[in-house]
Amino acid sequence: MAIKQKTIDEQIIVAGFGGQGVMLLGKIIAQAGMLSGLDVTWIPKYGAEVRGGTAHCMVRVSNLEIASPLVDFPNSLIVMNKLSMDKFERLLRKGGIMIVNSSLVDSRATRSDIRSYYVPANRIASEIGDVRGANMVALGAYLKARPFLKIEKIVEALRDILPSYHHKYIPLNEKALSEGARLVEGRS
Amino acid sequence: MTRPTTIERKLTTGNEAIAEGAIQAGCRFYAGYPITPQNELCEYMARHMPEVGGTFIQSESEIAAINMVFGAAVAGARAMTSSSSPGISLKQEGISYIAACELPAVISNMMRGGPGLGNVWPAQSDYFQATKGGGHGDYHLIVLAPATVQEAFDMTKEAFDLADRYRNPVMILGDGILGQMMESFEMKPAKTRQPSRKKDYILDGCKGRKPRVIQSLFLEEGMLERLNDKLQAKYRRIERELVRYEELNTNDADLILVAYGSSSRIARAVMRDARVKGLKIGFFRPMTLWPFPTEAMRKLAKPKRAFLVIEMSAGQMVEDVRLSIEGRAPVYFYGRSGGGIPSEEAVFAEVRKALKKARSKVK
Repeated sequence: MAIKQKTIDEQIIVAGFGGQGVMLLGKIIAQAGMLSGLDVTWIPKYGAEVRGGTAHCMVRVSNLEIASPLVDFPNSLIVMNKLSMDKFERLLRKGGIMIVNSSLVDSRATRSDIRSYYVPANRIASEIGDVRGANMVALGAYLKARPFLKIEKIVEALRDILPSYHHKYIPLNEKALSEGARLVEGRS
Repeated sequence: MTRPTTIERKLTTGNEAIAEGAIQAGCRFYAGYPITPQNELCEYMARHMPEVGGTFIQSESEIAAINMVFGAAVAGARAMTSSSSPGISLKQEGISYIAACELPAVISNMMRGGPGLGNVWPAQSDYFQATKGGGHGDYHLIVLAPATVQEAFDMTKEAFDLADRYRNPVMILGDGILGQMMESFEMKPAKTRQPSRKKDYILDGCKGRKPRVIQSLFLEEGMLERLNDKLQAKYRRIERELVRYEELNTNDADLILVAYGSSSRIARAVMRDARVKGLKIGFFRPMTLWPFPTEAMRKLAKPKRAFLVIEMSAGQMVEDVRLSIEGRAPVYFYGRSGGGIPSEEAVFAEVRKALKKARSKVK
């Protein structure tokens, strides 16, 4: 596998409101990473409130043994709301990528030493049929910008993580992933 | 989580790994009361204990839970309770009784910020409580400190064997990071463990044999001291037999980072980074906090070498490090408390400071 030749050391923060599926998004990345034979860690951080409060998770995926599971300075950032962008943009490493849910964030990145992708995740997910797929649109965009995991592994991870009574939504999730990827296509 | 027939990689939280490890170790009685950041453990037990014919009880309080475990151990069950810092404080009386009665039990503490009700973020500020007694009287818990989800799983399985071997309560001491983080780990095929010896002390009905007594109240002159002598002899034996630690790059080290549990992972990352930058940094991680690896630490105390202890507390394990080193080398400390987590950057800055201080001392 050519993808394994390089050092993979993804340090990701996924952030948003509680209820936007940011924890699940991080878990799917971690599960897909593990299914690809990589070392992975996932740490949740949320307030006492769940729905509506701010939440983020730290995910690390590496082809080397992960020493610390904590992410002080991410090299990839997925922000699903404005508050999260305000909080985490400054922590992003130079040259890192930021996926911005432009349906809920009306401002642009303040830094020029990072690569930002504006993805109207809520709008696209609604058009596909369910706004709850916004996280998958963002994930599709992220993996297009940073192709270190195969989409098949993401789908496999969805099957592992989602309870079986939700498996009927997997095709919808796949559609959301590919729509997200399409938005990033040809851009750098 | 399904129990595999071959070695399988799983992605799960530390809390769930501990619960599954306990079930695989033959734990058939669990009582607990919910508290963040260890609820995944209770939840897992609630769901899976009935599958193996075990008992799950969400008790009315933490105190009730530890006393139910006390009773289950008296009756011969492999029994467990779990909580996080404030809840563990409530259990201390029961733990002291279990230690006095020389009963096996496993207690998991995923530490959170304190003192008081504190917060729900990770901390390591119950080290004193776990290793120096916690409850009243001269007793010790065996304290295991996993740093990864793999170790959380493996050490929990082992904890039940140790509890039976020494007839002593064992604590799994982790923190909110370990409890709630998910990490890939290897689960070997499940084989339900059993105590290696028949339990000849339990109260399981005395029909056809002499009645037994399990007690911790001794009013007759000299009796309680005899119990204490017996306990202390056992503790010395545990100290000889059970010490565990991990040591990396210590041979040529000018400075050795000492940390356990989650903060050891930060220290390990800093050590790696420092080695890349050409600094001679070593790493020492106690895996048993009681018994503490005193001898191993003492051997590392050499001239022109310093130690830097990293904790998520205001400085607790550092006292045991100093007692081990007995002034043979400088021991520095860096910690965060109240749910704060040391960043790699901050630890690295402390490494540079400690190296500088140590050098000026040598001159």
